[in-house]
Amino acid sequence: MELKEKLVSSFMAFEDTVDVNSTIHDIRTEAIKTFEAEGFPSKRLEDWKYTSLNSVLKHDYSVFPKSENDIEFKDIKPYFSHDIDAYKIIFIDGKYASHLSQTTHDGLDVCLMSAALTKPKYKVIIDNYFNKIASKNGISSLNTAFSYEGAYINIPKNKVVDKPIQIIHFSTGNEAAVMLQPRNLIIVNENAHVQIIERHQSLTDNPVLTNSVTEIFANKRAIVDYYKIQNDRQNASLIDSTFINQKQESLAKVHTFALGGKLVRNNLEFYQNGERIDSTMKGITIIGDKQHVDHNTLVHHIEPNCESHQDYKGIFDDKATGVFNGKVVVEKLAQKTNAFQANNNILLSDKASINTKPQLEIFADDVKCSHGCTIGQLDESAMFYLRSRGIPEKEAKALLMFAFSNTVLDSVKIPELKDRITKIIAEKLGVSIGFDL
Amino acid sequence: MSKYTEDDLREELKTKEYEYGFFTDIESDTFPNGLNEEVVIAISKKKEEPEWMTAWRLEAFKVWKEMEEPDWANVNYEKPDFQAISYYSAPNNKPKYDSIDEVDPELLATFEKLGISLDEQKKLAGVAMDVVVDSVSVATTFKKTLGEKGIIFMSISEAIKEHPELVRKHLGTVVPQKDNFYAALNSAVFSDGSFCYIPKGVRCPMELSTYFRINQAGTGQFERTLVVADEGSYVSYLEGCTAPSRDENQLHAAVVELIAMDDAEIKYSTVQNWFPGNAEGKGGVFNFVTKRGLCEKNAKISWTQVETGSAVTWKYPSCVLKGDNSIGEFYSIAVTNNYQQADTGTKMIHLGKNTKSTIISKGISAGKSQNSYRGLVQINSRAENARNFSQCDSLLMGNECGAHTFPYIEAKNKSAMIEHEATTSKIGEDQIFYCNQRGIDTEKAIALIVNGFSKEVLNKLPMEFAVEAQKLLEISLEGSVG
Repeated sequence: MELKEKLVSSFMAFEDTVDVNSTIHDIRTEAIKTFEAEGFPSKRLEDWKYTSLNSVLKHDYSVFPKSENDIEFKDIKPYFSHDIDAYKIIFIDGKYASHLSQTTHDGLDVCLMSAALTKPKYKVIIDNYFNKIASKNGISSLNTAFSYEGAYINIPKNKVVDKPIQIIHFSTGNEAAVMLQPRNLIIVNENAHVQIIERHQSLTDNPVLTNSVTEIFANKRAIVDYYKIQNDRQNASLIDSTFINQKQESLAKVHTFALGGKLVRNNLEFYQNGERIDSTMKGITIIGDKQHVDHNTLVHHIEPNCESHQDYKGIFDDKATGVFNGKVVVEKLAQKTNAFQANNNILLSDKASINTKPQLEIFADDVKCSHGCTIGQLDESAMFYLRSRGIPEKEAKALLMFAFSNTVLDSVKIPELKDRITKIIAEKLGVSIGFDL
Repeated sequence: MSKYTEDDLREELKTKEYEYGFFTDIESDTFPNGLNEEVVIAISKKKEEPEWMTAWRLEAFKVWKEMEEPDWANVNYEKPDFQAISYYSAPNNKPKYDSIDEVDPELLATFEKLGISLDEQKKLAGVAMDVVVDSVSVATTFKKTLGEKGIIFMSISEAIKEHPELVRKHLGTVVPQKDNFYAALNSAVFSDGSFCYIPKGVRCPMELSTYFRINQAGTGQFERTLVVADEGSYVSYLEGCTAPSRDENQLHAAVVELIAMDDAEIKYSTVQNWFPGNAEGKGGVFNFVTKRGLCEKNAKISWTQVETGSAVTWKYPSCVLKGDNSIGEFYSIAVTNNYQQADTGTKMIHLGKNTKSTIISKGISAGKSQNSYRGLVQINSRAENARNFSQCDSLLMGNECGAHTFPYIEAKNKSAMIEHEATTSKIGEDQIFYCNQRGIDTEKAIALIVNGFSKEVLNKLPMEFAVEAQKLLEISLEGSVG
């Protein structure tokens, strides 16, 4: 059976298992209808021109993974940023693993989506925020239809969260192929400040398809710092959609480190509903083999005096393919907008390819918008400089690549995380460089 | 004068009527509206074409019937009814003239209004003109000079008769009949156009120039241009357009094919000023054009365009860089005003080694217009050391217009070097202030800034054309260009 039919037919069974109030029920039913009509995105859609899901959709994914799992901390320890003291929300095969997590209701809510969706005390919040900014397209609707589990984070007014929050989804591979659909809702109230790290990791080589949707609301003067680490195994694919709604004077930053996985598609959308907003998105992509990473960003400038910054670096080896599709829309009202977008790429092999489309749609006249995009190789004279000083070729290459991606690494605000990403990158490049960046 | 602001400029732009809006009444030989196989055959017959040409047209018509009109461009318009268009219209009295005195005086008056008096052109400009009025060429000058060099420059219908082997060999090789909807339509019904052949090693001594005009009510103009530059030759080709004011939308679907053989160079410049519609966005020409050039080894094709007219423009002059070391260039200024919509740009397809391309695109939007740049830079896997530089700048005047950029960049070779830059800005208060401070009034300052903004492209135009381009910019953005 095709995956689409399988999903649509298992929707009824899913609805029976979850006990939810009627509003959510209506949203889900509406969403499954949308998915049934639109299905999975095909290459015919302009936004999916360069990314085909065919190779990913051919597996017979189990939609409801078995619940039993006997994962212990030692199995997953390597995937934690364990040296960071953090709140942890851990999911194993889509189910919450309480013995591994550390949640809280003390002064802030770091807990579960399933709780928020079912408990009456959250009803007002769910009514106000749930599915309000997530796209109504086929793939996001699919997630909405099956939305049940994920992280629910609510930071009250004036709260500066003392330590980062880690959201990690593990898949154990105790079934041949599994599809996961986590749904996260993050609300950061006035003047609050939070740092979040998100990661998807499979523990075996069985195929996994994750279709994740995250909605983030940054209210007045809130600061949200979000890090996505995507360094999964060769058979794991990820479609990650993140929607951020910003109110006046808020600051939202999303860093995406796409370092692994079979197919990764990042939809990242910012909506600026207020003045003097700053939105930043940065990314490093380092892939090889037959991996495919697609960054699809949108910044919607709706009101005046806002800024947006985009900086994406990509290094592609072997037969890897990269896609960058960055769109900046400046509405008529959004005068004095400053929007910057940069996408720099290095191709290391003849089989690797990159498709990039930095797109501007501007309806206001008093704006500064620029985008730049380059594709090139490592500078030969720089290589010569390093090699003539006794640095071996491999290390010299790695050094230059670090330098290339430094503008992104530099703005990672959690030092331990920065170290860790530096190590992952060094590992990717097959060098052991012990220096601080 | 110092009170002159951008608002005044906008006011002026709004009220500025189309200067060249007049209509010459020449008795025309026009086909009834509609399109079917008989019409295609009739066009072919009317033009006394050989059988292979008729077959070629029918083949294109067959493909066209199967195709759907594309709608991916960032433009909105009422789709033309292809059965409500007359597909052939030619001036009635059409003997070939030996001297200019024999030309219909009404026609000559038309040209004078356009500022292109033929005899003046003959004497002063050193430009050979293949003047096209409603599809059939009526006057050709300097043919003799060109003939001595072995250069063939004539209307394409003459060429089909006189040089069938050349036309047959090259026609449709760069833009095949089934390339796209409008190219197929053009291939089926093209009425006339220009053909140019530069023999091996010849450097064309003058700028070849053609003026296209749409003149007959409700007649679509389907021009076909084919320029072949044989090995080591050079030609600079100019194409300019002005069209009379009309209320219903007119369709212009031209095809231009350039072939630059080894070591050849073609410079193709266009000044386009089709009727853009009035201040309410009524009327105006639809300009759906397919232009493409093929570069063999060490060849170079350079497209320069100044687009000021048309209600809807849909045009992507492209270069296929097939040969090693070939070069493609694209320089463009697109000005839109009132309700004009332009979706224009280029495609650079790098196939050969060491190929280079440069794209400079300047968009100026005013009024309620929408101006889009859409471009593709494609580096194929065998195109070693390919190099591209693209720059797209947009200037916005007023907050009711829009500027859009859709650059597609596809690299499949690691040695490719690609740079793309785009900026959007308005005329800054600080820039005007700087000029004011130095005693330059605001009007002059705006002129200076717009001029500076488009300078990189204007510089690429041949002398004679640069002057006209400046004139057209003046009409489109009167008060801003000094």
